[in-house]
Amino acid sequence: MMRARVAYAGAIHDATPERDRLRLADGRIVTAEEVVWLPPFDVGTVIALGLNYADHAKELTLKPQEEPLVFLKGPGTLLGHRGATRRPAGVIFMHYECELAVIIGKPAIKVARARALEHVAGYCIANDYAIRDYLENWYRPNLRVKNRDGGTVLGPWFVDAADVSDPANLGLRTYVNDQMTQSGNTRDLIFDIPCLIEYLSSFMTLSPGDVILTGTPEGVVNVMPGDVVTSEIDGLGRLVNTIAADDEFGR
Amino acid sequence: MPAGAGFLSIPFEVSPYRLSGTVYGALLNHRSALAALGDAVNLPPYGGPPKAPVLFIKPRNTLALSGEVVGIPAGMPALEVGACLGLVIGRTACKVLEPAALAHVAGYLIVADVGVPHAGHHRPSIRFKARDGFCPLGPAVTARAEIANPDALTIRTYLDGVLVQTANTADLIRSAGRLLADVTDFMTLSSGDVLALGASAPAPQVRSGQILTIEIDGLGRLKIPFMDAAA
Repeated sequence: MMRARVAYAGAIHDATPERDRLRLADGRIVTAEEVVWLPPFDVGTVIALGLNYADHAKELTLKPQEEPLVFLKGPGTLLGHRGATRRPAGVIFMHYECELAVIIGKPAIKVARARALEHVAGYCIANDYAIRDYLENWYRPNLRVKNRDGGTVLGPWFVDAADVSDPANLGLRTYVNDQMTQSGNTRDLIFDIPCLIEYLSSFMTLSPGDVILTGTPEGVVNVMPGDVVTSEIDGLGRLVNTIAADDEFGR
Repeated sequence: MPAGAGFLSIPFEVSPYRLSGTVYGALLNHRSALAALGDAVNLPPYGGPPKAPVLFIKPRNTLALSGEVVGIPAGMPALEVGACLGLVIGRTACKVLEPAALAHVAGYLIVADVGVPHAGHHRPSIRFKARDGFCPLGPAVTARAEIANPDALTIRTYLDGVLVQTANTADLIRSAGRLLADVTDFMTLSSGDVLALGASAPAPQVRSGQILTIEIDGLGRLKIPFMDAAA
């Protein structure tokens, strides 16, 4: 089952796909353009992976880590489908990152990899923006690079784990203004999903709603105000975001 | 009790009456912490002192109340504790200006940034810093009006009752208002969020069976017992 969370006519609703429209929980049928799309679940701790595809690590001329490179994000950075993400004036290199997001469904403490997927509630698409201009070698990538307002896009759908037959073989693609710029497959994850859940739960309790952004493959390019960035993952839909300039944010 | 659940029951006598569960903190924001790195600051991998605030997040599994036991993982002889003043955000803070920054603060509490001792700040160290229970805070939230100047507070750390560290928020590189301005330039802080201002160095090291107590002028005492974690 796929479901969204949307704001419509003064309230927040769960919604499911209805052909090319949405069916709200109360029965109303609305278009994708009539609603405001929110992140599709109650988001807990946001755990992100860096350099988790060998090709992307090579693209950034960095050696892959012996241990997963993990960083955390706060709720203020989250954004739903069809939202706008600000590109500050004067930066040189801002890029998207299409990632498979894994949503925890039951508490995970010291879980062995063989049983790790039992703790997964479902999946969604994430677009985890970065502004490379702000990279410093202190807690790299620090929050100014990775935890910006509106810089972590989730959605459009929460897809039940039962409906994703093989999360280790999902194609990911990004289109900038309909031109494909990024393509990869989750089979190329350096640390796969069971491995990440085993690793993380070895030292921190994972709770329902916690989400693991599993990293991005090669093919990150600069995006400019007005660009429409579409992140796509097999079976999870298409997550659309538009890059906005400072003036839209009163800067 | 799920990890972090007790956090919501920290005594609040001021709005927003609950914490959101998002605790942010600044690393290397106390002059002594940056100074402790010496010339290494200018060498690889760093290549110079940090320009933007070096920030960390203490996720909900790390949050603990005063008096809750912190577990020392097997094989690790000691943990280190960064004693910080924490700002509790009272209303949405987005690109605030330094002179008006404190108007966004509801109150203050003590934040203990517990970690496994390790060298280097090149990468965030989630495995060392975000373990369950590694962010005791409290003992309660003191209203902003009760504290005349957050940039002149003495932080005293006691190990088994013996004073082992004295620091003052006057020695922060970014003051409370400056840090709020710089952080909210790119990330909005919301009511109930906490921003820890940074600890002085060297961080006291604590072994199993010891009790660390952090005291800040006007904010009370945060008590943290340490024990070997159950296997």
